Amino acid sequence: MISLAGRDILHAWHKFLFTGIGLGLLIGVTLTMAGVYRGMVDDAKVLLDNSSADLWVVQQGTLGPYAEASSIYDNIYRSILGMDGVAQAANVTYLTMQVQHGGRDTRAMVVGVVPGAAGTPGWPRYLLAGRHITRSHYEAVADLASGLRLGDTVRIRRNDYHVVGLTRRMVSSSGDPMIFIPLKDAQEAQFLKDNDAILGQRRRTAQNPAFAAPGVVNAVIASQSQNPYVNAVLVQIRPGYDPKQVAEPIRRWQRLQVYTRAQMEGILVGKLIATSARQIAMFLVILAIVSAAIVAFIIYTLTLGKIREIAVLKLIGTRNRTIAGMIVQQAIGLGLIGFAVGKVAATVWAPFFPKYVLLEPGDALRGLVAVVVICILASGLAIHAALKVDPAEAISG
Amino acid sequence: MANSNNRALSGGVEGHHGIVIENVRKRYGGGETAVDALKGVDMQVAPGEVVGLIGPSGSGKSTLLKCLGAVIEPSGGRMTLGQRVIYQDGWKIPDLRALRRDNIGFVFQAPYLIPFLDVTDNVALLPMLAGVANPVARQRARELLAALDIAHRANAMPSQLSGGEQQRVAIARALINRPPVILADEPTAPLDSQRALGVIRILNEMAAQFETAVIVVTHDEKIIPTFKRIYHIRDGRTHEEAGEGRAV
Repeated sequence: MISLAGRDILHAWHKFLFTGIGLGLLIGVTLTMAGVYRGMVDDAKVLLDNSSADLWVVQQGTLGPYAEASSIYDNIYRSILGMDGVAQAANVTYLTMQVQHGGRDTRAMVVGVVPGAAGTPGWPRYLLAGRHITRSHYEAVADLASGLRLGDTVRIRRNDYHVVGLTRRMVSSSGDPMIFIPLKDAQEAQFLKDNDAILGQRRRTAQNPAFAAPGVVNAVIASQSQNPYVNAVLVQIRPGYDPKQVAEPIRRWQRLQVYTRAQMEGILVGKLIATSARQIAMFLVILAIVSAAIVAFIIYTLTLGKIREIAVLKLIGTRNRTIAGMIVQQAIGLGLIGFAVGKVAATVWAPFFPKYVLLEPGDALRGLVAVVVICILASGLAIHAALKVDPAEAISG
Repeated sequence: MANSNNRALSGGVEGHHGIVIENVRKRYGGGETAVDALKGVDMQVAPGEVVGLIGPSGSGKSTLLKCLGAVIEPSGGRMTLGQRVIYQDGWKIPDLRALRRDNIGFVFQAPYLIPFLDVTDNVALLPMLAGVANPVARQRARELLAALDIAHRANAMPSQLSGGEQQRVAIARALINRPPVILADEPTAPLDSQRALGVIRILNEMAAQFETAVIVVTHDEKIIPTFKRIYHIRDGRTHEEAGEGRAV
């Protein structure tokens, strides 16, 4: 049997093509939304991968260091180092903030890492250019997405940092590029007060009658001038050890919260980006409904334009299922044109998105199936209209 | 012989005896608002015969045509196609769609060709719908187009044809399944005299060649003299009279 739908599409190809392009741009947006979600999940996983940690030790009762604020003493890592199964432990701080470079602001996650070598927990795993931080102060390794280049100077709070190395795909779960600086500098940046605030704090402390004893005020002020806190201790475990077995004594004896990789992934994906995921899911549902409405309207309009031909087809003995099949095939044809346009559009504009867009083949396949299903459902209205056509309409009078 | 084979293949009526309708009635609605569109119509058209059906607006022409075309069901009477009763006092054959496809050809005032199919496929569509293989159906269509002297337009789209050419393609489509009956509803209305007479000549030739009974509903004064027999319909009743049977 001849493909009536195929012939109609070929005959009115320009109508189907232009409609398909319009629909395709909508499908492209849908695929991109799915890609944004995949990108967020991937960013979260990359964040964990790049931290080179098996365990995250954070303040008790918090979901830190990425999902909640966490503050622990910076000497705890020594106790952790001595525990069974721990290979390496290193302090780390994370602070998302605006940094200044070349007269403009860039949002970045500033990561404070301890002096060491490549492979130390928290350190960038690989560099695209330059070298790792070797000095104790004022050197930085930046992600390419920050816009910084080797030799650039970036201002973080009141200090300037010299970019000595560049890395790639080192971003926070929000997609902000990371800038690695020495831990001491990061602690200072995180907790440093401005001069007026420091003066005010000292005045208040001196006026406190509780510190009236000789030497106490100076001791208190000295303690206030230091920042002995970090956000987390990243732990690498020895080969052959189970992360849960290593985590349990730390949790018990150090009275800290310890997360394994799986738990941390659950926090990032299940909690940190959950709201964004729900928003994206809502957008996907809305876009699917809009797409279905557009396909339904277009196919319905096209069908109404062929009522006389449908009446003739029915009069000369065409089965209802042949006519319904023609309409469904046209709807699917329109959907396939739209999907092809949408896939190309999403692939073309994804690199220009400010967030990482990960277009997975599996999502594309699921999108294709969804488009076909939506087109079949959307053709129902047109089929209903076509089946209602009386073959007598083909006979005048 | 070849015609009989073709007819048997397409599910046509064996031992064809034209179409006979006896005392066919059609009532629309019920109660006090009921309208009797047909009040007992009798008609008989033999194979190979072309008859005219003439009547003013509102006389019941369209209703009769729809009953003949198995599009609507009469309220009473009897209709026989060949030797097969297709309707009798409330009983009808179950598959009217297949009956129309295999036994009745339609030619309309406007050709109503499928705009997205070329001429060959417009004609070949019916046998394709009946399950005939596409190459076979197309070959039959091309042969019929050649018989109607329009083979040179076989690959054209309907929009590229003149009105007369479109009507000839419509006639080819009506004939492709070798139906025992062709119903032509004002087939010459949009055509000038020469083309109108050309269409009637073709219908006469095809009726003779394929032993098809042809009923032409018309108001067209140009073609009325060509019929040997004419049925007049008025107020839902027919009466028959001899026509001039002028040669075309």
